[in-house]
Amino acid sequence: MSPKQKRRLLAISLIVLGAGTATALALYALSGNVSYLYSPTAVRDEGLEPGARFRLGGVVLEESIQRQGGLKVGFTVTDRVNEHAVFYEGILPDLFREGQSVIAHGRLREDGVFEADKVLAKHDETYMPKEVMDAMERARGDGASPAKAY
Amino acid sequence: MKLPLWFHRLGSPPTFYAFAARLQPWCYGLAAALAVYGLYAGLVLAPPDYQQGDSFRIIYVHVPAAWMSMAVFVFMAVAAFVALVWRMKLAETLVLTAAPTGAAFTLITLVTGSIWGRPMWGTWWDWDPRLTSELVLFFLYLGVIALAQAFEDRRAGRRAACLLALVGVVNVPVVHFAVTWWNSLHQGPTVRMFGESSIHPSMLWPLLAMAVASKLYFAGSLFARTRVALLEQEAGSAWVRRELEARGHV
Repeated sequence: MSPKQKRRLLAISLIVLGAGTATALALYALSGNVSYLYSPTAVRDEGLEPGARFRLGGVVLEESIQRQGGLKVGFTVTDRVNEHAVFYEGILPDLFREGQSVIAHGRLREDGVFEADKVLAKHDETYMPKEVMDAMERARGDGASPAKAY
Repeated sequence: MKLPLWFHRLGSPPTFYAFAARLQPWCYGLAAALAVYGLYAGLVLAPPDYQQGDSFRIIYVHVPAAWMSMAVFVFMAVAAFVALVWRMKLAETLVLTAAPTGAAFTLITLVTGSIWGRPMWGTWWDWDPRLTSELVLFFLYLGVIALAQAFEDRRAGRRAACLLALVGVVNVPVVHFAVTWWNSLHQGPTVRMFGESSIHPSMLWPLLAMAVASKLYFAGSLFARTRVALLEQEAGSAWVRRELEARGHV
């Protein structure tokens, strides 16, 4: 390698290293300040005031969905530690149901209920044929209640 | 650090031209065969997903395209590095001939993801970290393409484009890790290099076939586009004249 190439190698490496470090620092700083979504526990810990706009994320609590006529629906979002009541009027995505992860965009009302103007269903990364999933659930069911076999 | 001889040889335009011409039909042929298998097995044979039904099948286009959108940029960054340090003209050409294909893969990723997101998530678009960084990647591709043509002096423009391709590569890990670093809307990685993938084998094989097919397609298109670019750049040189004469064009 000629001295000229060595100089270029050094300069280019420094530029890339600098850009990489700058990005890493920016991301590190952002991760402390910016949250894409708040879990019910985070909402409580951060002491978010009524009127605050944010995204509330968590799982739809079982048996918490109440249809209130028309497109109005109330449900509870939980992170299995804390819970938060949500009100929404609009069309829910296909995957919305009990036990599904959802992200609600909206703001906190005075009465502490989160009023959503958009509810998104978060999909998990599992891809399974229906028969396999059913078989797995059966197997899990059998394992959970071995007493039945006797 | 001394580069091996074959590397120097391959860097010469006529050698690369002939090398690319030999490999190009193989890349295209294998890519087509794998894509036919992958699309048939993925869209027809694979069972519907337990949650998403048939909508999940968009994975067979979306995920390979997304992998390529990152892989092509990394390829461009490596080529740009070689071009900037060793002033290798062929590497510069490769950066610019790869960019439109990478941009196309990125656009396919964004569009198919959006189409899938509407019924599944309930929105066409969300400023989720993964989605946003992929959009930034698309703009970086456009930036590389535009920068190369923004200078009066062609060489200067190409060098600027190489620098952007090299610096822009810091965005690739952000795209890749966005779903792990932030708790976001986009799901985590399904197919893992290490550890168990959370996808059933009957659905995985067509996906892997499509992933290899997209890589081979990229290689084939890169060879084809680079050959044209080399003929253009080297127009008037002895080897180009010989090449054209051999084909009866002169």
